[in-house]
Amino acid sequence: MDTMLYRRRHATNYLILSMSFAATAAGLLVLFLIMWSLLKNGISALGFDFFTQNTPPPGRSGGLMNAIYGSLVMTAVATAVGTPVGILCGTFLAEFSRSSRLAMTVRFINDILLSAPSIVIGLFVYEVMVVPMGHFSGWAGSMALAILVVPVVVRTSENMLSLVPASLREAAFALGAPQWKVVILVVYRAALQGMLTGVLLAVARIAGETAPLLFTALNNQFWSTDMNNAMGNLPVVIFQFALSPYADWQRLAWGGALLITLAILSLNIIARFLANWSSFEK
Amino acid sequence: MTFEITPMETPSRPRPHLINVPVPNRENGPSPEQPAGQAAEQPVAKAEIKDLRFYYRDYEALKGINLTLHDKRVTSFIGPSGCGKSTLLRVLNRIYQLYPDQRATGQVLVDGQDILDPKQDLNLLRARIGMVFQKPTPFPMSIYDNIAFGIRLYQRLGPRQLDERVEEALRRAALWDEVKDKLRESGLSLSGGQQQRLCIARAIAVKPEILLLDEPASALDPISTQRIEELISELKSDYCIAIVTHNMQQAARSSDYTAFMYLGQLIEFDTTEAIFTHPRERQTEDYITGRFG
Repeated sequence: MDTMLYRRRHATNYLILSMSFAATAAGLLVLFLIMWSLLKNGISALGFDFFTQNTPPPGRSGGLMNAIYGSLVMTAVATAVGTPVGILCGTFLAEFSRSSRLAMTVRFINDILLSAPSIVIGLFVYEVMVVPMGHFSGWAGSMALAILVVPVVVRTSENMLSLVPASLREAAFALGAPQWKVVILVVYRAALQGMLTGVLLAVARIAGETAPLLFTALNNQFWSTDMNNAMGNLPVVIFQFALSPYADWQRLAWGGALLITLAILSLNIIARFLANWSSFEK
Repeated sequence: MTFEITPMETPSRPRPHLINVPVPNRENGPSPEQPAGQAAEQPVAKAEIKDLRFYYRDYEALKGINLTLHDKRVTSFIGPSGCGKSTLLRVLNRIYQLYPDQRATGQVLVDGQDILDPKQDLNLLRARIGMVFQKPTPFPMSIYDNIAFGIRLYQRLGPRQLDERVEEALRRAALWDEVKDKLRESGLSLSGGQQQRLCIARAIAVKPEILLLDEPASALDPISTQRIEELISELKSDYCIAIVTHNMQQAARSSDYTAFMYLGQLIEFDTTEAIFTHPRERQTEDYITGRFG
């Protein structure tokens, strides 16, 4: 045996392994520092007032109720609009037209949309909605977020549907079922958890988006449930308050950042749980 | 896969008894233990396959098959992997048509009607010709809904009638006693053998005329296999059954006719007894005695 060769291999292995550990540790450290600073600075803001008071003028106490409400509503509307479009498109790609020229084109464009800078989407909605309507609005914010939801849901639902084994489809077709029933009654059920996971990840993605809202929903200092009006929302409030010179605004910004992070974290944990659950059952 | 080259046998040499399984003697009248009348029934042609050719893109997987499937009889298809036996089965309900680069030419006459006719309605055809696949494929829904799925496609039944049909199908598939208390549980919760019987129950629940079984027992343990075989002989009284199998004993035990296929051709087709006791073709004999394959 060539002991030199063996030793060198051993050393290389050790080197690569320690580099991998270092890289992992660096990534985790950053994540930990973010969580730590958010908790340290933000936890004191999360009181009763935080959830029940509107954004205050400088120097007064207040909360983020209007921004939390706006974010919840716009995220919900965006999900409600973007999810059906995304799922139908994913179904088209996976079930009805897997390798046609049209499908290839749609897939390519969807990939571009998936990586498009969100500020571009904000500008686009500004042009097609805010300018013609003459004012910022919750609807425009929702549409900008919906456009971000679509490509994520298209991609995940197509992938999840493609994972359903062909034998299951054949078994349903062999009973004389028409294709739309095969897809809705059998394939969707088999892919349900995976598709839900995809939707949750899309929600997590838009929950913290700031850029597309800057040009569309803008922000609102006051309590407003009117979707035709500029609407308060957490990311833009954080952006404005964090840049302000006022200590109490900065404190609220920390609280808002912590709240969003916790929400996204729990969405991701739920999504992970759903994905595990589905693979466990199969 | 190659033929083993063996010297030609002299015709005078007596043929060895090829496979040691009892083959019921159906062609020469009822045997003593069989009830009279049942076995004397003449077989009726159900499906006639004429010059069937099949292509995966340009590759010819079936090279002119001629064969008749009889009603109330079991026909088994044997042959080495890739010989085209599963392909043949997949032509009979045109399931191959899900894949755009597969096509078939020739004729398959079911009750005199060519099912390869492009005007043939595929959903109606598949409701008439049921299929069970190699791997159990329970749908991700309850046991009850698995069975009711096919029935609901073509019939509008009240809840009680539907219950009866589901029970009847599960009883015929010898699964009722094992699942009657958990009909609302997922079909995926059953064992492999139970899942396969669930799939058979699902196929017969729509009352097809022909039942295609593509290696239905190859993924199962011996006890489940035995149950499936019992089930096949039980179902034979009502259906025309075609079964693909890798298991020669299974073909000998459970079928009336056997077709031996090799490289896309039908080498020999005869009663199971004839195939397993005195095959006419050298290749058939080599295959069933395990000299190649």
